[in-house]
Amino acid sequence: MSITRREVWEIARLCRLALTEAELALYERQLGDILGYMEKLRGLDTTGVVPTTHAVPLCAPLRDDEAVAPLSREPVLAAAPRVRDGAFEVPRIVGGEDP
Amino acid sequence: MVASGAVGAVELAQAFLRRIAEHDPGLGCFLIVDEPGALAAAAAVDAARARGQALPALAGVPVALKDIFVTQGIETTCASRILRGWIPPYEGTPSARLRAAGAVLLGKLNLDEFAMGSSNENSSRGAVRNPWDKSCVPGGSSGGSAAAVAAGLCAAALGTDTGGSIRQPAALCGVSGLKPTYGRVSRYGVVAFASSLDQVGPLCRSAEDAALVLESIAGHDPKDATSIPEPVPRYRDFVGAGVRGLRIGVPKEYFAAGIEPEVERAVRDAIAELGAQGAQLVDISLPHTDYGIAAYYVLATAEASSNLARYDGVRHGPRAPAAGGLTEMYERTRAEGFGAEVKRRIMLGTYVLRSGYYEAYYGKAQQVRTLIRADFERAFAGCDAIVAPTSPVAAWKLGERVDDPLAMYLADVFTVAVNLAGLPAMSIPCGFRRGLPIGVQIIGRPLAESTLFQVAGAYQAATDWHARRPPLA
Repeated sequence: MSITRREVWEIARLCRLALTEAELALYERQLGDILGYMEKLRGLDTTGVVPTTHAVPLCAPLRDDEAVAPLSREPVLAAAPRVRDGAFEVPRIVGGEDP
Repeated sequence: MVASGAVGAVELAQAFLRRIAEHDPGLGCFLIVDEPGALAAAAAVDAARARGQALPALAGVPVALKDIFVTQGIETTCASRILRGWIPPYEGTPSARLRAAGAVLLGKLNLDEFAMGSSNENSSRGAVRNPWDKSCVPGGSSGGSAAAVAAGLCAAALGTDTGGSIRQPAALCGVSGLKPTYGRVSRYGVVAFASSLDQVGPLCRSAEDAALVLESIAGHDPKDATSIPEPVPRYRDFVGAGVRGLRIGVPKEYFAAGIEPEVERAVRDAIAELGAQGAQLVDISLPHTDYGIAAYYVLATAEASSNLARYDGVRHGPRAPAAGGLTEMYERTRAEGFGAEVKRRIMLGTYVLRSGYYEAYYGKAQQVRTLIRADFERAFAGCDAIVAPTSPVAAWKLGERVDDPLAMYLADVFTVAVNLAGLPAMSIPCGFRRGLPIGVQIIGRPLAESTLFQVAGAYQAATDWHARRPPLA
């Protein structure tokens, strides 16, 4: 299966990646090659085969209901590119203009 | 390996720091050297010894970490621009356990960005060079870890292995690298690539050293829900146990076309050596080997596309300027922050998970994963360990494959199935191809790391490939 330039553009939007025209062209070719190779999976009859999500059987263990100290706010916020009033600051998404 | 008192921990740390200063500029292994932290940790070991305290297993041993391990107060970037400047506010479990065992952390090591690659060329901080031939790649993604151990810049290193990222660079650099059973080592504080496949393990100069390191880092961790509760054996006791009576499976599919003749010869010689020591050699078949790469790259990229959604310029790393609002900020931050291979994998993973394609790719790959697991289960009914090449080729030239990602993926043909099945496997040196190391891979049943140490220990007792060192100019 090949992938079209339009699909590459759509995928990039879904991934939140602003790609250049040159990147779109490159990925169209490279993803096409890779997806073409993955076609070989179709040649295998897997009727009735149960899918594996994890190699090891997993359960969701519950920890004891004890209070633990969370990370303090200061070093967490110190890593952020923009903070204001003790919170992460992002561009405005609802109403009005960016300050 | 453990400083017994013949040499002080500070003295040892200083000697390694001098070697790093002298040789690393030509290799590019270290992203950060933490000299003050290393000397302080070493001084604490010396002080404890002076007080007559019992020393833990790795007291004074100079180690380094692939820069995918979260270290409190020390920048952690995964060799990505998108995490540049991130100083983690917490410590991950593997590094905390190493420190608790007395190890002296020298610094953080280069890798393929977010552990995505097989050559260590996908690093925003520059490629790592192979100490055996600086015009060649060290393998990846734990290329900095393997090269640093090979060059004697640290006594041991930690890496991660999602599809071969410990074993393949270990093979290409001539060191001993172990990927434990999925869940054997906690992944808490290890930046996630593909969560159902990622596992932490040691790269060392010998199987014996790897046994000591694994004993220190393995075991249950309540902070990782996938961590296995079974107790951790004394792996070191198995290094000298020998292979007499052990049944060793030789999978015919791992000696197929595409393998370099020198690699095949060296691996077959290694198998013959084990036979000479009393192991029983058994021909086996892993019939779905040929589907491993396709299934792996569907599943690994799908998981990666989800795991890497968190890098958005809000909580850490640089943010790209964007006048158009939040979505544009995300798109520009991620476009500027991720390198070409990471973008490729995020796109691929998003594609295979997309509505309409999900069953054809992701669902199918999960079924093939079941078939690959079943191959191993059948094989292990007739043998105790499987021995095969780690990589079909020795190290290649820097730049040779960067423009052909599919060719790069295909080089992982002998390592990915082990991750899909969650098995433990180890690569140890078994020869050279025109001056470049060759690795032989030992694969075990789930939680049978002890068997790997038995096989590797027996081989290394009879050979000296693992003791050879690259001539550093």
